[in-house]
Amino acid sequence: MKAFGFVLRMAARELRAAPRRLFPLAGSIAIGVAALVAIDSFTDNVRDSVRQQAQALLGADLVISSRRPLTARTEAVLDTIVAGGDRLARVTSFSGMAFVPRTTGTRLVQVEAVDPDYPFYGRIVTEPATAWAGLHTGRHVVVDPSLLTSLGARVGDSLSLGEARFEISGTVVSAPGNTGIRTAFGPKIFIPAGHLAETRLLGFGSRAEYEAFVRLSDTRSAQALADRYRKGLAAERARIRTVSEDQNDLNESLSRLTRYLGLVGIIALLLGGVGVASAVVVFIRQRWETVAVLRCLGGTARLVLAVYAIEAAAMALAGSVIGAAGGLVAQRFLPGLLTGLLPIDVEPRVSWGAAALGVGVGVLIAILFAAIPLLGVRGVPPLAALRRAYESDRPRRLDPWRAAAGLLLAGATVTLAAWQAGSWRQGAVFSGGIAVALLVLWGAAWCLAAAAKRWAPSRWPYVWRQGLANLQRPSNQTATVILAIGLGAFLLGTLLLVQSSLLRTLRITGGPSRPNLVLFDIQSDQLAGVDAMLKSAGLRSTPPVPIVPMRIQSVKGRPAAAILSDTTSGDEGPRGGWAFRREYRSTYRDTLVSSERVVAGTWWSGRGTPGMISIESDVARELGVTVGDSIVWDVQGLPVRSRVASVREVEWARFEPNFFVVFAPGALEGAPQSLVTLTRIEQPADRGAFQRRVAERFPNVTTLDLSSVQETLEGLIARVVLAIRFMAFFTLGTGALVLAGALATSRFQRMREGALLRTLGATRGQLIRVVLAEYLSLGLMASVTAVVLALAAAWALARFLFEGDFSPALLPLAGLVAAVVVLTVAVGLLNSRDVMRRPPLEVLRAE
Amino acid sequence: MLRCASLTKTYASGGRPLTVLNDITLEVEPGAFVAIVGPSGSGKTTLLGLLAGLDRPTSGTVHLDGQDLGALDEDRRARLRAEKVGFVFQSFQLIPTLTALENVQVPLELRGESADARAAELLDRVGLGDRGGHYPAQLSGGEQQRVALARAFSSRPRVLFADEPTGNLDAATGATIIDLMAELNRDLATTLVLVTHDLDLAGRARRTLRLAGGRLVADTAA
Repeated sequence: MKAFGFVLRMAARELRAAPRRLFPLAGSIAIGVAALVAIDSFTDNVRDSVRQQAQALLGADLVISSRRPLTARTEAVLDTIVAGGDRLARVTSFSGMAFVPRTTGTRLVQVEAVDPDYPFYGRIVTEPATAWAGLHTGRHVVVDPSLLTSLGARVGDSLSLGEARFEISGTVVSAPGNTGIRTAFGPKIFIPAGHLAETRLLGFGSRAEYEAFVRLSDTRSAQALADRYRKGLAAERARIRTVSEDQNDLNESLSRLTRYLGLVGIIALLLGGVGVASAVVVFIRQRWETVAVLRCLGGTARLVLAVYAIEAAAMALAGSVIGAAGGLVAQRFLPGLLTGLLPIDVEPRVSWGAAALGVGVGVLIAILFAAIPLLGVRGVPPLAALRRAYESDRPRRLDPWRAAAGLLLAGATVTLAAWQAGSWRQGAVFSGGIAVALLVLWGAAWCLAAAAKRWAPSRWPYVWRQGLANLQRPSNQTATVILAIGLGAFLLGTLLLVQSSLLRTLRITGGPSRPNLVLFDIQSDQLAGVDAMLKSAGLRSTPPVPIVPMRIQSVKGRPAAAILSDTTSGDEGPRGGWAFRREYRSTYRDTLVSSERVVAGTWWSGRGTPGMISIESDVARELGVTVGDSIVWDVQGLPVRSRVASVREVEWARFEPNFFVVFAPGALEGAPQSLVTLTRIEQPADRGAFQRRVAERFPNVTTLDLSSVQETLEGLIARVVLAIRFMAFFTLGTGALVLAGALATSRFQRMREGALLRTLGATRGQLIRVVLAEYLSLGLMASVTAVVLALAAAWALARFLFEGDFSPALLPLAGLVAAVVVLTVAVGLLNSRDVMRRPPLEVLRAE
Repeated sequence: MLRCASLTKTYASGGRPLTVLNDITLEVEPGAFVAIVGPSGSGKTTLLGLLAGLDRPTSGTVHLDGQDLGALDEDRRARLRAEKVGFVFQSFQLIPTLTALENVQVPLELRGESADARAAELLDRVGLGDRGGHYPAQLSGGEQQRVALARAFSSRPRVLFADEPTGNLDAATGATIIDLMAELNRDLATTLVLVTHDLDLAGRARRTLRLAGGRLVADTAA
């Protein structure tokens, strides 16, 4: 107990006298903790908001939905559920072309035809405020404000939708669950369900969703009802959803986003740990003699270790607390960065839990990183107090305590990553990746130092040899500097590559000769008219592609309804039997297109045998079919038999008419079908005009402007990248701090050396060249290694996560290398400015 | 008080064994004042380190106040130092982050004793009663060595080891330090073992051990 008192007193005195020496330690950990606290606090806020808004997001206690009008059996289930004071509201959603005659503007919109009671929970706020309540008092439509902008329309204008006309009575200010992704294919508009039929848009081949919203009046559990009827409804190809299921799904998908951001934060924390270790190495070196004196005066190794461990822990605590405070401030910016991505309003609130956790994790990581160099204190011989250059004659052995500290650190890192990623596997993969990156950077530093020692040509001018020699001198900071710069550059490089690769995939569509306008839902008898319109406008179009809607009747002889109501196989696959339930929009043709590739079986040659199909690989897996298996389709009530002839991989990211199922010619020609054709119109104004003419003549034909879809998607990707970059800046900040700490360490040594050189007659220019040689090689080695690592990481991400082609964007990478080198040299020169400025005598005397 | 027998220390230097101390046997009485002299590299500091238990001999034994140092592990030797040994170093070796007063307190605190009064009294005694709150960097070399002396005596050691205590000081300052050491040696009956180049200083000792090439070549009493 007395010893403990001494330890505390000693640690407190040391800290009081020279707190600055441990600032790098506190600073290194602070930024990482800030990143972690920001993201965790934000995640907590998201969860809170989801919990509060889940009911409003669903708009009801439970919802039954289907891709076709609810069947008699589904209606019967609905009748059973809705009793007494329960309320029911129906919503039908589909896409259609909106046309404003006054401005002649046309645009693809997402229509929601709603019953007066909808929604039961949550509020749809409109401008003017009375517009929502007055929606059902006439042929009114409430629209997304972006529609008014794009059509040049205003409230009060009339808007045609199919064969009906509505008056725009207001705009939607906010509606639960509105996200950028949902409006990518057109702004949302609301019309009264009572006037839906007048549009005549729900004809053959149009895709619509039919939903029934139920508000329960009593204490029956929506979840229990959903569980009871789910199986039966599945057989009717209807889904039932509840608030808590919705909440779970939403939490799941939102935490996927925050988890990735959290992992970026952990990189900052780990890099901070490297900074802590390097700060402690330096600190121990400065305290070497004090430790020896304490040992001479009778302090035991453990006692002295305890003094410095307490000091390190105190600074780690201070750094973590500062970091947590910074993180709570930083998290206020996250909701703004993610605008348009989140379907909920996130209120930034202080999450004390996240702050406490961040402080705890920060202290733990700092102590574990500090422990390895700190344990070296036990090895300081008391004799070092007598002889400065004392070297132990004991051989170096593996210190079991240090090994244990290393193992603990590895374990803590994996646990931390697993907790942040939400799975042990991902945590291990992530930690492994970071460990490999650190090892490679470390290896690069080692190689650089070794190369400087062995291969620096002796004929080179002295200043260059001196600069390179600095890389491998005793107590050099080569490894720390390369780690600090390299890890940040690696992260940025990976981001750059992934972003440019994603954007490039999108831009394939935007190529100069690619179609940018899709016309779909063309009925067979309208084809000639549409074709004539295209020709008279002088437009070239792709051959019309037929689309035949169908459902699965049976697979390998088993009826789909039986498979769907059989829970064991009905829940197979990630989306619970969606492949059995969905409506397929299939085509028939005799050739493969450029976005697909046969991976099993063979494509039919020529016209093939009627009834042969080629199926997309993911769907084949979901359905459990392979080449040779039979599927019977329900095409508008008629059974059509087919046999799988081949399995294809499809590149969906390209905006082309792609299909899950392609039939060989011969089987579907007689079936009811609609057609799709694509064309290209260069000028946005011409595109708008053509869309308008089509909408006027063929109200049921939908035109989709791919450029605007592409713009929306690019905007969303930019948002995600911005959010990741925001987190990556924590890593960069930590890297800069660790770099500055590493350089400051050698500053005094450098000043003495510089003074000596100047005393011996070196000019300023020569000294600058020495510094230049050193930092140029450090910056080059770090950035080139980082780029190689980034290429490997981006390739792995493209291959395994995004499942796309990888083609590296070399120009931004070259820019990154240049920026890192310039930055490193600049920091190096800045750090050495005292060497150039102060008189040599002053420096030499300072000892 | 101090007894060593057949003390030998060999270092591996550049792959070859280098014997810096060769078969030293001697005994020091309680309250003695012994100077160890010899040219650079003769093994003076190595002998001091071994006698104080700061290092382990390659062969031979050291007994300090009846305790066989070879039989104690590093921690128990540290505790023995805390109880019975004081040090004065050529480069003072004050802890730079502690004030003068706190530096004097350390040995007592290491033993778990309350140290304030005695530390202040000792600082007073070496003439620095009013400098207790100063950091080492704010003191001159002579003042620092006086603080180091106060620290060395604060735990009432049975043996005080001093390594070139005047090596970094001018002649006049060195003389006052030696006076102080002699006075404390007399008043507190502390055994004093010092290594020095300074023949004047060696002349104040009551016994002189001369080393050359790692061997004890002369043992003379004043």
